[in-house]
Amino acid sequence: MTTSRRTTAAAALAGATAFALLATGCASTDNAASSEDGEITLTIATFNDFGYTDELLAQYEDENPGVTIVHNKAATSNDARDNFFTKLGAGSGLADIEAVEIDWFAEMMQYSDKLTDLSSDDVADRWVDWKTDAATDADGRLVAYGTDIGPEAVCYRSDLFAAAGLPTDRAEVAELLEGDWDRYFEVGQEYVDASGAAWFDSAGATYQGMINQVEFAYEQEDGSVIATENDEVKAIYEQVLEASATQSAHLGQWSDDWFAGLANGAFATMLCPGWMLGVISGNAPDVTGWDVADVFPGGGGNWGGSYLTVPAQGKNTEAAAKLAAWLTAPEQQLSAFEAAGTFPSQVEAYESDALLSATNPYFNEAPVGEILINRSQAIDVAPFKSVKYFPINDAMQKALTRVDSDKTHTIESSWEQFVADVNALG
Amino acid sequence: MTTTAPRPTRTVLSPPPAARPARSPRRIAFSHTLSRWDFKLSPYLYISPFFILFAIVGLFPLVYTAWVSVHEWNLIGGQGDFVGFENFAFVLAQPQFWIALRNTFSIFLISAVPQVIAALLIAAVLDRNLRGKTFWRMGVLLPYVVAPVAVALIFSNMFGDQYGLINNMLGRLGLDPIGWHSEILPSHLAIATMVNFRWTGYTALILLAAMQAIPRDYYEAAMIDGAGIVRQFFSITIPQLRPTLIFVIVTSTIGGLQIFDEPRMYDQFGQGGASGQWMTITIYLYNLGWGQLNFGRAAAVAWLLFLIIVIVGLINLAITRSIASNDSPEKVLARAQRRAARKELAR
Repeated sequence: MTTSRRTTAAAALAGATAFALLATGCASTDNAASSEDGEITLTIATFNDFGYTDELLAQYEDENPGVTIVHNKAATSNDARDNFFTKLGAGSGLADIEAVEIDWFAEMMQYSDKLTDLSSDDVADRWVDWKTDAATDADGRLVAYGTDIGPEAVCYRSDLFAAAGLPTDRAEVAELLEGDWDRYFEVGQEYVDASGAAWFDSAGATYQGMINQVEFAYEQEDGSVIATENDEVKAIYEQVLEASATQSAHLGQWSDDWFAGLANGAFATMLCPGWMLGVISGNAPDVTGWDVADVFPGGGGNWGGSYLTVPAQGKNTEAAAKLAAWLTAPEQQLSAFEAAGTFPSQVEAYESDALLSATNPYFNEAPVGEILINRSQAIDVAPFKSVKYFPINDAMQKALTRVDSDKTHTIESSWEQFVADVNALG
Repeated sequence: MTTTAPRPTRTVLSPPPAARPARSPRRIAFSHTLSRWDFKLSPYLYISPFFILFAIVGLFPLVYTAWVSVHEWNLIGGQGDFVGFENFAFVLAQPQFWIALRNTFSIFLISAVPQVIAALLIAAVLDRNLRGKTFWRMGVLLPYVVAPVAVALIFSNMFGDQYGLINNMLGRLGLDPIGWHSEILPSHLAIATMVNFRWTGYTALILLAAMQAIPRDYYEAAMIDGAGIVRQFFSITIPQLRPTLIFVIVTSTIGGLQIFDEPRMYDQFGQGGASGQWMTITIYLYNLGWGQLNFGRAAAVAWLLFLIIVIVGLINLAITRSIASNDSPEKVLARAQRRAARKELAR
C-alpha cells in the first residue's frame, strides 16, 4: 500500500510539473496575443506565394498603430489543408487569418459555423459573383474573402511550334486553337505527326481543364454522388485518354519528371491558369520559347484560386477580419498580382490600368493582364463542388495516371478501379 | 505444565498485551521502515519519470486509439456513434488494406534483411585493426545524419521514370528503362534503397559496439585451435552478438513496418502511387485519416498495425533465439577441446 501511495505522489508531482510547464507555455502566447495597452499581434497563414510581401504587411502596420502581423507560409496547399483541418478539429492553434484553396473549400464549408461571419456592406460587391456565392453558407453567412482566381489560357512553346510548321504569333495561335476540345486534339495530332514529339504534358492536367467546364460532374445539388454514372465524365475521361496515347508526354503533373519536362521541351502546350505562369517561369528560367495565347478550348475555365478565412477560435477575430478585408481589397490584390501573378477576383481591379497594361517579359512580353481579363470573362460555368469533390477527383486523377504515365491499366480496367475507389469512399 | 506459577504475575505486571507490541515496535519501526522504503522504493522512484512519461505519451494514446476505433469519428466533427467493430470489418474488407499489407512486408523484407547482413559485414570489417578507425566509423554513420525527407527527395529524383539519373545510366548501357514509379517491385526496391542508405551505418555501429565487447580470449583460443576468420565469425562473433542482434532485428522490424517518410515523399502526391504500388499501411492510415477525414477507420488500421508488429516481433524473437543459441562459444570451445583430446589420444 505504501508503495503505491508514494509512487502516486511522485506521479502526481511529475504530472503537475508537466502541466505547469504546459500552462506557462500557453500563458506566454496569450500575453503575446493581446497585452493590456491594446497592442495586438495578428497571425496570417498562407501557402505557396500569395504575393503578400513584407512591404505590403508593413504598410498595414504603419496605418494601424498597435498591430503587429506575423506571416507564416506553408510550402504547398496540401500541407496547409492537413494543418487547417487538424487544428480546426482540435479547436485551437489556427492562425487569426487562414488561407484556404478552392479545391478543399467545399470540405471546409461543412464546418462554416467554426468560422467568423465576415459579411458587411463594404465588401458586398467586391468579387465576381460566383466567387462570393461559393463562400456563402446555407445560412447566408459570408465566411471567406476571395483573393485570386485562376482563369485559364493556353501556354505554348513558340520555338517548337515553328519547328513543326505551326504559326508562332500569339494571335494566330489563338485563332488556330479556337473551338472545342476536339479542335485542340486535332491540332495536337497535326503537331505530333509533324514533329514526333508530345503535344501536351499529361492526361491529368488536361482533364482538369475539361472537367472544370462541367457544372455537375461528380455530385448533384443534393449532394448525392453521380460520378460513376455520369456519361459526361466518362466521355471526357475516354476522350483525353484516347488523345493521350499519341499526344501526351506521359508526365504526372508536379512530378520531378514533369518539372524537368517544362524545361527540356518535352511537350509543346499546356493549360495555363494565371498562377501557372509563375510556375513555368520559375522552373524553366532558361527557356526562351514559352508564350501564352488568349484562347481556351471549349470556352473559358477556372482552375484554382484561394480565399482568406477568419476562424472563430481566434482571440482577435474583429481585428483579423479588418486585416483580411484590407488584404483582399482591389488595391492590395493588384500589388499581390505584381509580386506573384495571382490574378484578382475583385471586379474593380479589372478596370485598373496597372492590370490592363501588365506584361510578362518571360512570355515574350505577352500582355498577361489583358489576356487573363479576357479569359476570366469567358468563364461561364462555376462547377458545383460539394464535400466529396476533392476525394473523387483525386481517385479520377489516379485512374488517369494508371493509363497515361504508369501504363499499367487499359482505359476500361482503370475506369473499373475508379468506380471501386469511389464506392469505397462511402 | 510448570508454567502455571509465573503466569499470574506476568499478567499483573505487564500492560495489556494489545497495546504493548503496538507501541514499542512503532518507535523502532519508523526510522527502520523509512530506510527499508528507501532501499526498496528508491530505484522505482528513480526510473518512474520514464514510466510516467510512457503512460502519458505511450499508453494513453494506445488506449484512446482503441476507443476511437470503435466509434464513427470525423477529424473535425469528432466523436460519432458507437459502431463496435464495424471500422475493423470495413478495413479488412478493403482490397487496399491487403495491398498495403503486401507492400509493407515486401518493402520491410527487401530493406531489413540485406540491411542487417550488410551491417554485420561492415561491422566485422570495422572491428579489425584498420588505419584511421574513427574516420571509417564516422563515415558509415554519415547517411544517418541526413534527414529522411531530404534522402527521399534526392532518391525519388534519381529514380525518375523518364529523366532520372538511374534510368539515364541504364539507357547508356543499352538497357530498357525501368518503371520505378509505375511498377510494383521496382518501386519497392527504390524505397528499400533509401531506407538502407540511411540505416545500414547506424545498425553497423551498434553491432560494432557489441563486437568490441566480446572477450579477445575467445578469438585467441580459436586461433590457436586453427579456426580461420570465417569460422571465428560464425562460431564466436555471431553467437556472442545474440542479445544485440535481437535488439537490432526487433527495432528494424518496428521501423520497417511503420515506414512512412520514404514512401510518402516518393512521388508528388504522397499517397502510394496511382494503383497503390508502394502504399504502405501507414500511408493507407494517413489517406483514411487525413485524406478522407475518417478517424475511426484510421484508428482501426493503427490497431491492426500494432497487432501485426507484435506478432512479427514475437516470431522474430523466436527465430533469432533458436539461431543464435545453437552455437554458444562454450560449446565450441568444448568441442575444440574434445577434438584436441582425441588427437592427443590418437598420438
